[in-house]
Order: sequence, then structure tokens, then C-alpha cells
Amino acid sequence: MNGWSALDRFLRTDPRDVGCEQAMEMLHVYAELVAAGASTEQRYPGIAAHFRTCGPCGEDFEGLLAAIAEAH
Amino acid sequence: MSRGIPVTVARLDPESAGWLSALTGTGAEREAALERLHALLVRIARGEVARRGPRLQITGPELDDLAYQAAADALVAITAKLRQFRGESRFTTWAYKFVIFEVSAKLGRHFWRRPHLPLDTQHWDRLPDRFGFDPAQQSEWRDLVAALRRAVDEELTARQREVFVAVVVNEVPLDALAARLGSNRNAIYKMMFDARRKLRAALAASGHLGPDTSRRS
Repeated sequence: MNGWSALDRFLRTDPRDVGCEQAMEMLHVYAELVAAGASTEQRYPGIAAHFRTCGPCGEDFEGLLAAIAEAH
Repeated sequence: MSRGIPVTVARLDPESAGWLSALTGTGAEREAALERLHALLVRIARGEVARRGPRLQITGPELDDLAYQAAADALVAITAKLRQFRGESRFTTWAYKFVIFEVSAKLGRHFWRRPHLPLDTQHWDRLPDRFGFDPAQQSEWRDLVAALRRAVDEELTARQREVFVAVVVNEVPLDALAARLGSNRNAIYKMMFDARRKLRAALAASGHLGPDTSRRS
């Protein structure tokens, strides 16, 4: 990816993006589905869109996935 | 941004029901459950700070302290919100979420313990490197970066500009900025979301970005 496409991708917004509050509210449900190998993109498109662009929420999601993997 | 996520209330799995019963109970059973949950939260917090710590240049006892504080605060939050657990996931997954949030919040506040330049300093010179622009093509991207900077000055509100410059230009982590501004992640993200939308529209209108940017690859 070059600078143009990286900047373009960063500036693009997805209207389905639910924002941090709703994504965090459902984080445990979403992460458990992902950990189980379920398809979440169609069921929760707004959360998937959010995690693609929100670094901190994406980090929390990765952290919860790691916690689930460690615990089971 | 959109609203409305389907919420389901499920029957509890036996393990989650056990946790809930013990934690809403009284006496020795509750105390034992609290102790067990605290131990689990400490383990998850330590794993999480170890995962994130190296990138944040925090190590050793400081990292361990942070994990213990996160676990203790998460335990308080969980016990206060037990009635909000609806059984949509395992109880432990729901509980781990709180300790992950606490780790994020504590790392955000920790950011300001290290020396930093003032928020009003702007490091536009670092932006090309951050987005991976090829130094050999400086003559091509210099105009784009200048147009972006102009759009930041002309299209954004003062608050959006402050947030955009801090997060994108000066690379302040979003949670750290939220802590500094007395705000929260959701509000800062919303401001960034609106700023990104405005800036992309401005750059598209000026012909710097278009629907088909791949031709520049």
C-alpha cells in the first residue's frame, strides 16, 4: 500500500460504523462469536466496520480474543 | 454513524449461572467467588499488559502494578454491574471485557507520565512517513499533504482540528487524548469520524483523492 491509498483508506468513513460505545457494549458477544469461528461480518456489520477503523477498540477486541484463547 | 444492534437475552450456561449465583449470594460462597474472579482478572490483565507493554515502553514492576490495579478496578465494576449481565456470552468473557477496558484506560493515562511536547505543537513533517509516502516521490505527495493541511485549517471546527492534529499528526493515542481532554473514547472517535469525512470530501473536491486512487499505486 502506498501513501495515497493509506491516506485515502484512513480518511474513508463507513456509514455503518456504530461507534465505540455500541461496539464496546457488544464486544464480549462479538469476540466470543469470532473465537468460535462464526461469521460476524453479516450479523454485526456496524461493529465489524468499527473495528476496521478504530485502533483502540480494535486493540480491545484483540485483547479479549487473546483472553478467551488463554482461558479455554 | 449507524445505530441499533440486535440484542438477545440468552439462557445462562451452567458455569455462568454458577458465577452469577455465587457472586450475588452472601457469606463465604460469595467471598470465595470474588477471590477466584479476582485471580482470573489478574491473570488476564497481566497477559494483556504484557501483550501491549513493549509497544508502549512500559516494563517490569510498573507493568505488573498496572495489571493489579486494572484487575482490582474491573472487579469493582463487575460486581456493580452484575445485573446487566444478560447471558449473551460466557460470564467470564463478559468479565474479561471489563479488565481489558481498565487496561486500556490505565495505559491511556500512563502515556502522559512520559515527557511529551505540548498538544499545540504540530508535527506535519512526520505525516508522510507515517502514511508510507515514498521519499523519492516527494514532489508528488507534497502537494497532497499541503492540501490536507489546508483542509484541516479551513474545514474543521477548532475542536475537530485539535483532536485530528493530536491523534493523526502528533500520534497521541486516542485513549490518552480522551484522558487529557476529560472526554471519552466514543466522543473523540466521533469527532475524528466527522473530521475524516470532511477532509476526504475536501480532498476529493480539490482533485487530490478520488473514487479510484488505485491508479496512483
